[in-house]
Amino acid sequence: MRAAAELAVEAVALRGGAVRSRIATLRSQAPLMLRLTHPKGPEPWTRLGDGAARVCLAAGAAGPIGGDAYALDIQVGDGSTLVLREISASLLLPGPLGGQSTLHTTVRVGAGATLVWLPEPMIAARGCHHLTDVQVDLAAGARLVLREELLLGRHGEQPGDVVARLRIRLDGRPLLHQDLALGPAAVGWNSAAVTGGRRALGSLVVVDPAWADDPPPATLVGDTAAVLPLPGPAALVSALADDALQLRACMDAGLALLTASSEDRRPGVAS
Amino acid sequence: MTGETTAALLLLADGRLPAGGHAHSGGLEPSVAADRVRDVASLETFLRGRAMTSGLLAAAFSASACAAVLAGANGRLGVLEEELDARQPSPVLRQTSRKLGRQLVRAMRVIRPHDCWVGLGRSPHHPIVLGAAAAVSGLRPCAAALAAVHDAVAGPATAAVRLLGLDPFATHAALARLGPLLDAIAADAERYADADPAHLPAGSAPLLDLAAEHHATWEVRLFAS
Amino acid sequence: MPHDHDHTHDHPHPHVDTAGVLPREPGRALRIGIGGPVGSGKTALVAALCRSLGAEVNLAVVTNDIYTTEDADFLLRNGVLPNERVRAVETGACPHTAIRDDISANLEALEDLEESIPGVELLLVESGGDNLTATFSRGLVHKQIYVVDVAGGDKVPRKGGPGVTRADLLVINKTDLADRVNADLSVMDRDSRAQRGDLPTVFLSLTEDPTAAPVAAWVRGCLAEGAAETSGVASGTAATG
Repeated sequence: MRAAAELAVEAVALRGGAVRSRIATLRSQAPLMLRLTHPKGPEPWTRLGDGAARVCLAAGAAGPIGGDAYALDIQVGDGSTLVLREISASLLLPGPLGGQSTLHTTVRVGAGATLVWLPEPMIAARGCHHLTDVQVDLAAGARLVLREELLLGRHGEQPGDVVARLRIRLDGRPLLHQDLALGPAAVGWNSAAVTGGRRALGSLVVVDPAWADDPPPATLVGDTAAVLPLPGPAALVSALADDALQLRACMDAGLALLTASSEDRRPGVAS
Repeated sequence: MTGETTAALLLLADGRLPAGGHAHSGGLEPSVAADRVRDVASLETFLRGRAMTSGLLAAAFSASACAAVLAGANGRLGVLEEELDARQPSPVLRQTSRKLGRQLVRAMRVIRPHDCWVGLGRSPHHPIVLGAAAAVSGLRPCAAALAAVHDAVAGPATAAVRLLGLDPFATHAALARLGPLLDAIAADAERYADADPAHLPAGSAPLLDLAAEHHATWEVRLFAS
Repeated sequence: MPHDHDHTHDHPHPHVDTAGVLPREPGRALRIGIGGPVGSGKTALVAALCRSLGAEVNLAVVTNDIYTTEDADFLLRNGVLPNERVRAVETGACPHTAIRDDISANLEALEDLEESIPGVELLLVESGGDNLTATFSRGLVHKQIYVVDVAGGDKVPRKGGPGVTRADLLVINKTDLADRVNADLSVMDRDSRAQRGDLPTVFLSLTEDPTAAPVAAWVRGCLAEGAAETSGVASGTAATG
């Protein structure tokens, strides 16, 4: 199955200088369904009534399956704010013909714009063969929170093959480029160099122009989780855990650490 | 890669090359401390994982840097520097790579004097210097890649002998078994020699990143990384 | 055939001595290596030299103990040197490699100190404790001091090894313990003369002489000699051809 969805948000100036983020495009194609939503759980940076656009992605209950090719395009216009979440985890499954499933996501965040993107985990079921590729282009002064979580197999199950690629450019220059190959086809994936047998992996990127070239220092969040300052106004929370719950706890701790300090520094925001 | 330059490759890939590598364990020391590597079998698995990730990353960037220097396109080295930075989320590993790069430049200035050592900046990344060193030694990108991926496993293997007291014959037997994999990785890396640097592989290895950050906080350690 | 071109041209050569012996260069620090077996008193000697010379000489220390921070901490704890004047180098469990076969990390540390401490005149490189066969590369230091102690046995000088035979200064330390360990200082003196020819040897007890006066005097001599040698001499880009 092929599916392409598109989402674009733009800033609209209101009277009195306030800005509201308006959905300019919301194009779904089953099973990639985009829906306007209300705040769901705590969100970094944004507050109720601050004019942010909130959208939820509801993918099909099972899938993508081998052979599926999905594409998602997200545009966050200059000065606007989008919070994008997901209804549920996605289960990567093998297809009837053994083909690869793919999800290509392109993201552009304009000058002074903010994207908070908190998808649910991907679960690599036995026999799956999946590629997920996320390309993010940030304009100078854009802000980003992006979380990715990957669970290797359902409970007690060996995972299939997953390649997860993430490339973030800031103002045209590379900021973070990850390329993770896991599963039986990736030699050494379960070794002490890559996962060490842990079943849950996550990364959470925060880009905040307020840091300029001085992101928060490296901080250990646990035995296998840390906040890593990137070469730019950005930091990565990288974590390995035994299960989804532990992983989420690391992600949340890292997110709190990175976004709280940023709030504190922003003038004129009462805490 | 074969023929008259083979001796140059052996010189470059020799662990005795005085360029600072002996003091680095490539993540092995923290992996031993965490009991993730404890014997020859777990070492071999670790080395396979390292070769496929950091090894491929280093090999591809070395091949690309080698091709750039051979083509006289030294300006491309700066682009490779930025791309390599983006592929190393651990600040400790970025710093280690730059430190080793600087030490290799220092050694190569004397071993093989060449104009390219002047323009490389203060602390260039190690794989990029290794690629340039290969080019200056008359080697092709494939040889640069092979030297890089060999370096990615030989150092940790030596460190394992020192830290765990493993049988050096058994450890070298593991390295011998890795041979076909290293050849395949080098061949794969060579394909990127003339590719757009944005398309080079990243070979992410989350546990190596995290282990490096832990190691750097230790009060006491035998290896620099 | 190390070069396919001669060296009469004028492209810039880095400050590296291709002949393998570190040249003294005007305006740059004298580098002295301090080596010797485990427990012979290298760190205590470094601390003593820092105390004796610290007021008159702008100095800094690189320590190579296999335990990164221990030796540095010793110097700091004793209030001998401030933090910014001590660098620790990890040696990958091979202290002799770091001072002899692959001196990269030590060169790095020395250059860091030269950059961060303007006008530094003396850099001491303390090796990690090792065996009698360890010695400093002539590409790393200008002079080296080898420290042995009487408790290691009065046969040590007779055993020789490059540290004992070739070091610019041999220090026989802990002479106050000689009686208790049945070490015959005259035997040690005779053997070291036999091994070392004209090279100097000093006997030392840091408990009796916490300033390490004879060693400090020897270091002062090296500093003066270096200043005389390098005055008016162009920088040492002595190249092989």
